[in-house]
Amino acid sequence: MEKILKVANIEKYYGNRGNLTKAINNISFDVYEGEFVGIMGASGSGKTTLLNCIATIDKVTSGHIFISGTDVTELKGEGLNKFRREDLGFIFQDFNLLDTLTAYENIALALTIQGKKPKEIENKIQEVAKTLNIEKILNKFPYQMSGGEKQRVAAARAIITNPKLILADEPTGALDSKSSRMLLEKLEELNQKLKATILMVTHDAYTASYCSKIYFIKDGKIFNELVKGNDTRKEFFDKIIDVVTLLGGDLNDAL
Amino acid sequence: MLFKLSFKNIKKSFKDYAIYFLTLVLGVAIFYVFNSMDSQEAMLELNEGEKDIIDLMNEFLGGVSIFVAIVLGFLIIYASRFLIKRRKKEFGIYLTLGMSKKDVSKILLMETFFIGLISLVAGLFIGIIASQFMSIVVANLFEADMSKFTFVFSKIATVKTIIYYFIIYLIVMIFNVFAVSKYKLIDLFNASKKGEKIKVRNLYLSVFIFLLAVVILGIAYYFATQRLDSLNLFGTSIILGIIGTFLLFFGISGFVLKLVQNNKKIYLKNLNIFILRQINSKINTTVFSMSIICLLLFFTITIFSSAWSVNMTLKKDLKYGTPADLLVYTFAETDMETAKEALNKVGYSLNNFSNYAEAYSYGFDKVNVGTLLTPVLDEVLKDYPNLLADNYIPVMKVSDYNKIATLYGNNTFTLKDDEFILIADYKQMLPYENKALKEGVTLQIGNKEYHNKYPKCLEGLVQMSGNRSNTGIVIAPDNIDINLSKTTRNYLAANFKGNKEKANDKFMKYTEKLSTIGAAYDTKIDIYTASTGLRAIMIFIGLYLGIIFLISSAAILALKELSDSSDNKEKYEMLKKIGVDNKNLNKALFIQIGIFFALPLLIAIIHSVFGIMSASKIMESMSVNTNLSSIIMTALLIVVIYGGYFIVTYFTSKRIISEKSD
Repeated sequence: MEKILKVANIEKYYGNRGNLTKAINNISFDVYEGEFVGIMGASGSGKTTLLNCIATIDKVTSGHIFISGTDVTELKGEGLNKFRREDLGFIFQDFNLLDTLTAYENIALALTIQGKKPKEIENKIQEVAKTLNIEKILNKFPYQMSGGEKQRVAAARAIITNPKLILADEPTGALDSKSSRMLLEKLEELNQKLKATILMVTHDAYTASYCSKIYFIKDGKIFNELVKGNDTRKEFFDKIIDVVTLLGGDLNDAL
Repeated sequence: MLFKLSFKNIKKSFKDYAIYFLTLVLGVAIFYVFNSMDSQEAMLELNEGEKDIIDLMNEFLGGVSIFVAIVLGFLIIYASRFLIKRRKKEFGIYLTLGMSKKDVSKILLMETFFIGLISLVAGLFIGIIASQFMSIVVANLFEADMSKFTFVFSKIATVKTIIYYFIIYLIVMIFNVFAVSKYKLIDLFNASKKGEKIKVRNLYLSVFIFLLAVVILGIAYYFATQRLDSLNLFGTSIILGIIGTFLLFFGISGFVLKLVQNNKKIYLKNLNIFILRQINSKINTTVFSMSIICLLLFFTITIFSSAWSVNMTLKKDLKYGTPADLLVYTFAETDMETAKEALNKVGYSLNNFSNYAEAYSYGFDKVNVGTLLTPVLDEVLKDYPNLLADNYIPVMKVSDYNKIATLYGNNTFTLKDDEFILIADYKQMLPYENKALKEGVTLQIGNKEYHNKYPKCLEGLVQMSGNRSNTGIVIAPDNIDINLSKTTRNYLAANFKGNKEKANDKFMKYTEKLSTIGAAYDTKIDIYTASTGLRAIMIFIGLYLGIIFLISSAAILALKELSDSSDNKEKYEMLKKIGVDNKNLNKALFIQIGIFFALPLLIAIIHSVFGIMSASKIMESMSVNTNLSSIIMTALLIVVIYGGYFIVTYFTSKRIISEKSD
């Protein structure tokens, strides 16, 4: 299987010499094509910083991140933008949909900025809308949708460009449990049927249990690693809880 | 503590709202400058007449100032309400920290007071400096000499500015306190989350309303330009224009959106979707302000270009209309005395003249407007139903006319026994007169008949005037029977000896007596002063209103745009995250702000095309032509002020958006 993401010895420091905070302290891991990887940690553990670095929204202090062989820490300017446009898909906790655009337009935007043809855009949106079950709300504005619908629209926007890697930052953070389950099932489906590679950051064990592999982060370091393997989701969930308990009180409050 | 807080707040928001502050300063400065006209007299060598004119102008501008103060007042109230809205969250925090609403009001009061005070002082300072330069403009207009450079300062204008400003700010403060007292804590907290409510209108409704607006405006344009005969319809056209403008802004963004959505190639290209929707939502939430701004711009363009046209025309016609220093005339209705006899009677010596010429004009029964225009009379009466066809057309002997013409430096004529010439220069009548003469006109005096020598009017005048107002004088051979004349005038045209100003002042001492014995007069200097005064009043009122309207409307747009920037910032950051590069982002921002500024201007320009057409038709009766220079001057004014606001808004917006959020 192709190695989609290779994170090699990255570090991220904040502050100055007198008052240094290591948000990420020497993290390395790989993600292969078709994997659904979760990153778990309490708030302040550095998981969002890690995601931002991979997403090229933030810059690492040292180390390298390779996506499909390209070192994204070396990318600059237009190369960086092109990379974000074409190789990455984003799903954010607060949806980050443009509130003045309809669902259709929000999704289309990801393609129009790539300069795709109108016909192709039209077809792709219909296709992805069917997959994510949002055909009926395509002409609605974000304020007319429920949280779950918004997040599925955001997911549609993330996958429509066929990115090499989908980055999800607490995608269920603002959703009720029913919407969460629906979204996660859809993500699982995207992962299994369309072989989408997903990297998801979460502090919620239930959300994490949909992943195939989980890295636990504490104080900027990888603390533990769990692989689902042939476990059922329930068994995997119990294992996650065990690690969370092991991690200490920090994460308990998240349960 | 409260003091410190409000002071910090001003400092913090200063960068973002510099444009608002600037507008206030500019408003105060302009208000001062245009109210301090009387102080200019100190610097210039002006005659009595010119001083009177400047006083009159000052009165005029004072009247306009009330209107200006109202406009500025609305701007300030609008802007401060806007700024409060943006700060709801901050107020919410104060309240949860245990401050009373009274305290929050106090903070706001203090802030408003400081901003007001600073802008007042800065504005007055700039105004006083600018008024020094104003003297140069006034001197230029009146062709007066700058006697000496004195520092001009108008106490009255200063006090007036302070009082007006104080009243405006008092109202603003009351508004602000009232606004704060109404807020509920929960609303204050959710304010930033909700943001501006997105108004989505039914697209088909928008299209329908847009088309309706186009029809209404079409009718308004038609009434305003084609049906000037009816004052009622003219008034209707203004009301229809206002309604149409409002509906247009209500529907236009939806209409354009629908239009673009149908063209997938444009719609689904790059950031077009985003730009369109942003503009759509912005226009939909500001229909009312956009309409007001559009109308203000329309008034600016029409008023300023008309004022400039009047100025240019008056300036051009002035020289032509005053070929001699003095014209005295007497009427047959009084005991007929010649002008010369009248002057002798009041004791004015003809030795004051370097040269002079005398002439008579007569009125004959069958030489009137009706007979002169016989071939086209029906047409004229249709266009001007109030025309008095019985009015005499004055007739002059060719030898008499030539005497005057020689003094004036105009062409002289010779005539055969049965010929006549019509001299005229009044724009509105010329086409009819020329048409009549082309078909041939025969006039009858006694039992003699006269035919026109030329197929058109010739340029010329007897009566002096600041504008072209000679509706027609018939120049006839010397053989006309003057005993048949029903009304006779005697003219004496003259040039003064020596210093014209002094000679004119001397002549003025006799004018009262001249009037009592029924003689009338025009002097070149009088006409010049009156005409220059009119020009100055026109230009100053045009400039005054123009600048105030422009800065007010541009400031509202800029404020709306800048206060949205914080919302926009999130949107643009999101676009950056999905990989839109800076170049495209800036382009989108530029287009978006550009359209926001350009749309009201564009519609105002369309309005103005018809407005100016209408105005020039009305002004034609005053012999004023709309000329290119007026349009260029107007465009210049708009480009500098409105364009300046646009550029500043774009760069400020760009800065806000590109700033790191943390």
